[in-house]
Amino acid sequence: MTDKPDAAGNQPSGPQSMGHEWDGIEELDNPLPRWWLWVFYGCIVFAIGYCVVYPAIPLANRATHGLWAWSSRGEFAIETAAVDKSRAAIRDELARTPIERIDPNSPLMRAAIEGGRAAFKVHCVQCHGSGAAGSRGYPNLNDDDWLWGGDLASIRQTIEHGARQPGDEDTRVSQMPAFGRDGMLTRPEIDDLVSFVRVVSRQERADAASQRGALLFEANCAVCHGPDAKGGRMFGAPNLADAIWLYGSDREALGNTITNARAGVMPAWGGRLDPATVNMLAAYVHSLGGGE
Amino acid sequence: MASHGDRTGRGAKVKMGGLYARRPDIFPRKVDGFYRRLKWAIMAATLTIYYVTPWLRWDRGPYAPDQAVLIDLANRRFYFFAIEIWPHEFYYLVGLLVMAGVGLFLVTSTVGRAWCGYACPQTVWTDLFLHIERAIDGDRNAQLRLKRAPLGPAKIARRAAKHGAWLVVAALTGGAWVFYFADAPTLARAFAEGSAAPVAYATIGVLTFTTYTLGGLMREQVCIYMCPWPRIQAAMLDERSLIVTYKDWRGEPRSHGTKRAAIVEEPSRVGDCIDCGACVAVCPTGIDIRNGPQLACITCALCIDACDQMMAKVGRPRGLIDYATLEDSRAEAAGAAPVPVARKLLRPRTIAYFGLWGAIGLAMMFTLGQRSRLDLSVAHDRNPLWVQLSDGSLRNAYTLRLRNMEARPREVRLSIEGLAGAAMWPSTAGEQTAARAITIRLPADQVAQQRIYVRAPGEGAAAAPFAFHLAAIDDPAAADAEQTRFDRPETQP
Repeated sequence: MTDKPDAAGNQPSGPQSMGHEWDGIEELDNPLPRWWLWVFYGCIVFAIGYCVVYPAIPLANRATHGLWAWSSRGEFAIETAAVDKSRAAIRDELARTPIERIDPNSPLMRAAIEGGRAAFKVHCVQCHGSGAAGSRGYPNLNDDDWLWGGDLASIRQTIEHGARQPGDEDTRVSQMPAFGRDGMLTRPEIDDLVSFVRVVSRQERADAASQRGALLFEANCAVCHGPDAKGGRMFGAPNLADAIWLYGSDREALGNTITNARAGVMPAWGGRLDPATVNMLAAYVHSLGGGE
Repeated sequence: MASHGDRTGRGAKVKMGGLYARRPDIFPRKVDGFYRRLKWAIMAATLTIYYVTPWLRWDRGPYAPDQAVLIDLANRRFYFFAIEIWPHEFYYLVGLLVMAGVGLFLVTSTVGRAWCGYACPQTVWTDLFLHIERAIDGDRNAQLRLKRAPLGPAKIARRAAKHGAWLVVAALTGGAWVFYFADAPTLARAFAEGSAAPVAYATIGVLTFTTYTLGGLMREQVCIYMCPWPRIQAAMLDERSLIVTYKDWRGEPRSHGTKRAAIVEEPSRVGDCIDCGACVAVCPTGIDIRNGPQLACITCALCIDACDQMMAKVGRPRGLIDYATLEDSRAEAAGAAPVPVARKLLRPRTIAYFGLWGAIGLAMMFTLGQRSRLDLSVAHDRNPLWVQLSDGSLRNAYTLRLRNMEARPREVRLSIEGLAGAAMWPSTAGEQTAARAITIRLPADQVAQQRIYVRAPGEGAAAAPFAFHLAAIDDPAAADAEQTRFDRPETQP
């Protein structure tokens, strides 16, 4: 290794050896490339500035705040505030206007449905499912069968006041007697009634049992469910002549319902969500395909 | 500022040695002749096409832009006169690229590197920049003198004028480019008001920089060191491709200065080449064509013009340097006649290239004429798959994307094929409108999204196949269909 320039005045590449050699591999005293060195110094300067300006140095139970007092949480708050501000006009209008008075083809209604889609994912999917298809005991919101009415105003009222919420006088309440448990009907009578219900819902053919059941139905059930068993929304009484069953339509499920009655509950969202969100949820549920 | 010879003077300072070659000074002399005039004509044509194209108008009605050639990145459309390309039709652009590739093969195997010598933007702009340089600094000799002159006010003024003029041309080049991507008159007005989009200014800035650097400063180095084409063309040329050739059998031995007397006394002892160096002086890549075919020769043919002028002066026939095939060169050297031009052009290889090129072009034109401007895609809603309705029937929901690729709103008929007893209705209308076929009005030149409900009897296969069929009412031939399925519960309730 030599550092003497050659005849053309060029320095040969091959700086001084550091004197370390292992198995013929030698450590040379090559200078760092200039550009790399300057970038390295630049990084040091940047890092010092960064530590001064941003939270950087960990302390016992927090970190230094930095001159700009920046925090990711604060940045998030600023961003959400900006989004809220951009949506304020729409939310105000939705809070003021009952949802049923909004033109179904207006941009405002489309905004309400999209807002409702988001709010549904947060507040409603736990019971009604992410596709709003419900499950046993939790109504499917996609279908065309509504206990309390499927128009926008009825849906909004159900969301706002819930079902069977004590202390809320507008809440949805229906009171089916527990015919078996309370001794109003005997077990054979309940069996006959089950036969009748399965006949009106076209699951079985009429027989002697269902004919006995028809008489029992007229005496005990027709007040709420109607003489044709098609239910009544005034009482929240389900339609027994259709194909949709909240708790199942096999003999066991029907017998259980007549014996012990059913009484599902739903929170009153009016006290938990702002009026605009309630309106948006109503718009979304109404848009699922079964809206009236 | 130094002339371009000094720019690469870095090599002297960096004491590495041998890694980088210094760029030789190249001051191409002005020349006139047939090929020079041909180059002027091609430069005028290509630059006219480049600058004028964005300003051509093409009426497409009220629903589409009226710019004849427009790459609308924001809306993802490409307009080329009567043709409108959507992003999913990108294969047309691929076809054009393949045609351009095969076209280059065809041109190269017949007339050599004609693309390099005449039509390549690098050549056209370098030629333009050289012309500006000569207009300001004078011809070759004046430029050489100016380079040697000490730096003074006059030299600084000339350098400033030259680089200023180059920058203006470069800025105009970038300025014309952006008009392909926006409505040209609107964008021009925005430039005048200083209110154009930042990306337009940035694009002009980048293209100004690249044009100035590639056309003004780097020039032939782009062709020699950066461009892959000179390497590829080595495989494309054969003995029957036209290249610029020095006919050494005629030129050698060269005569020079005192030897000229011998031409008169004993003509057979010397060749036609008088070693005047004109062919070297005019060469924009700074090579000597007499050394034979070489990578750096872009076949601009200016040496042919230069040599022809000298041959005329000394009373010798033209064409000492000329377009010739290697085969002809050999034949002529042996005293035989060159192959006729028609036979040079028509050989299996060129016919195959031309056939391939034409076949791709015809296939593209055919598919362009046949393509349907309606398109349908269907996504079956999965959550929930099906909905039980109170009357015992089932409902499935589908999200349809309906593409109307014509620049006018269109009434279309959407119908169900298969699936007995089914009816459908749009989510925006009520179930009372349910039918096996519905009419939808599609907006012009857009993708419309439509949720469709389909109702079918509860009894049937768990996954019943059926199809949505879409057809334009004004033209039932414009149609599309997509297979999907109607889901039912696995176990009937």
